[in-house]
Amino acid sequence: MSVVVEQNPALMEVNPPLVRANSHHELTEQISAITEGDVVKTPMKYWITLGITSSIAGLLLVMLTFLVWNGIGVWGNNRPVGWAWDITNFVFWIGIGHAGTLISAVLFLFRQKWRTSINRSAEAMTIFAVMCAGIFPLFHTGRPWRAYWLFPIPNTDLNIWQNFRSPLIWDVFAVNTYFTVSALFWFTGLVPDLATLRDRATTKVRQWIFGALSLGWRGSARHWSNYEKAYLILAAISTPLVLSVHSIVSFDFATSVIPGWHTTIFPPYFVAGAIFSGFACVLTLLVIARWTLNLDNLITIKHLENMNKIILVTGSIVGYAYATEFFIAWYSGNPYERFTFINRAFGPYAWAYWTMVSCNVISPQFFWVKKFRRSIPFMFILSITTNIGMWFERFVIIVTSLHRDFLPGSWGYFKPTWVDIGTFVGTIGLFLTLFLLFARFLPMIAISEVKGVLANEKHAFKGEEVLAK
Amino acid sequence: MNLNPEEIKDKLGLGPDKVWGAIGEFSEPDELVAAGRKIKEMGYTKLDAMSPFPVHGIDDAIGIPPSRLGWMVIWFSALGALTGLVLIWWVGAVNYPVVIGGKPLFDFTYSIPVTFELTILFSAFAVFFGMWAFNGLPQLYHPSFKHPSAYRATDDRFLLVIEATDPKFDPQQSVEHLKSVGAAMVEVVEG
Repeated sequence: MSVVVEQNPALMEVNPPLVRANSHHELTEQISAITEGDVVKTPMKYWITLGITSSIAGLLLVMLTFLVWNGIGVWGNNRPVGWAWDITNFVFWIGIGHAGTLISAVLFLFRQKWRTSINRSAEAMTIFAVMCAGIFPLFHTGRPWRAYWLFPIPNTDLNIWQNFRSPLIWDVFAVNTYFTVSALFWFTGLVPDLATLRDRATTKVRQWIFGALSLGWRGSARHWSNYEKAYLILAAISTPLVLSVHSIVSFDFATSVIPGWHTTIFPPYFVAGAIFSGFACVLTLLVIARWTLNLDNLITIKHLENMNKIILVTGSIVGYAYATEFFIAWYSGNPYERFTFINRAFGPYAWAYWTMVSCNVISPQFFWVKKFRRSIPFMFILSITTNIGMWFERFVIIVTSLHRDFLPGSWGYFKPTWVDIGTFVGTIGLFLTLFLLFARFLPMIAISEVKGVLANEKHAFKGEEVLAK
Repeated sequence: MNLNPEEIKDKLGLGPDKVWGAIGEFSEPDELVAAGRKIKEMGYTKLDAMSPFPVHGIDDAIGIPPSRLGWMVIWFSALGALTGLVLIWWVGAVNYPVVIGGKPLFDFTYSIPVTFELTILFSAFAVFFGMWAFNGLPQLYHPSFKHPSAYRATDDRFLLVIEATDPKFDPQQSVEHLKSVGAAMVEVVEG
């Protein structure tokens, strides 16, 4: 039996525990139970939700088939707006992914123990978001079955190498590396928990599946020693990786000579925006998961409040970047640059610009107030408006810069087609479907890591108890 | 060639007559560390522990050497960087030189992003596969799974293992030693 330590109420007030559970076994039970129940007995509302999201994912399949059949002319992209919803959605989804890596890697290096309750689901979110992101450039190529041309594979039908002077090929390397490393990191973290599920398996099928997936993990001290080192190195290399990925995405724009794109502020500004939107998305998903799966003792209000603080910080950085862009546009004395920015705020796309500003700059400022940071309905709404705002940010950057060309003769106004809309909505369906399946069939909280935190907290409280006496 | 299952088992060190080690159970991580330290002081050298999460201080207590993973990975990182630079130089300046946008055929500055990504990619693969290789995984079977509490080592139990390869190991004495440091459910497991 594990020892239940009486916790000092006064201390709980100042520094509430991150994990509330009486024993390690209780944690195992609680988290594994979500994945273990009889599939048939899963609540009907789960299947209904999954039915809806997977139908929307099916819509994606229809849209993409239609696109491949007819060519990318079915999207609204046309001169002068050659990049529109597709690249907006690509940057949007990649950005969402960044919070997962930030939580799993950067917060790990900073020894933020509160990350353990949320890192698994955030990492899963990263992987699914990058999958959704990859769809857009892949299909924008027009011939996705030639995608291997993007990689330096010697082949006889291309007979030329990739152009490594182009940021677009950098992007290929960045996004693929990011996806691969995130998946490896996620699986590494999963193995000890898969072993837990294997050891609890009551059916032959589960024993086989989790036995194979857990690779024979037995929690040996030697295993843990190598595992912890591996985790540390993966965190250490993922940290610069996550910063590089969105920096390289921003190079796609920044290395061009389009007014509004050609700015050196883009890499940090994109990274901050990515973390901002990603945290908002983690928050949206976790508020729902916490509520439907009764995870209040593991994902406490403190976890949510911490995420809100990060949203406040990154949202303010994004707001500052908008201001800097405007200042530099004026200070540069470049008439095209000035025109672009005035046109953004007061031109035909002003509605998009002001949606972006109100969602990204103004609304996160509410989080200065503790009451708002700790109000679940409030943060839920704010997390959604943040993602709307961040989608519009990419739309504003891409479309407003392109729709006014250097030659007034080629000015235009971009409107999405129903295929544009259907494809984007479809990726949301795909993302939610994958997340729902993950939440149902894999441990969505890192069991072994949370146990480590619980053991530590027991220590801490025990220590205080002794001192008090 | 006749494949006799008994002979194969014998060669693999499996079977009821092959003792693999003695395992005892603890319910708290602190107890495991304290007991491990005492057992090590008795002169045992081939010790291991099984726990649901990494127990702080256990490596020192039972003499697990620090992981060598980092030293292995650094070479793969260097290889990744080299691969990136050589690839970009060779395809751009040697194998198929094409001037695009007046840019040089090879330059260090524009090679940075791809070189960096390949460095990270190679390191990540090295970490991932290296970790499993150092741990001897994947493994379909392990003798320690025979201990009645092995399935709880991924839940809430902390097991201390004395392996039979230890020169000081003796099935009866080692069991007594484990019991003397407070272990419950002490059992000898066979290969």
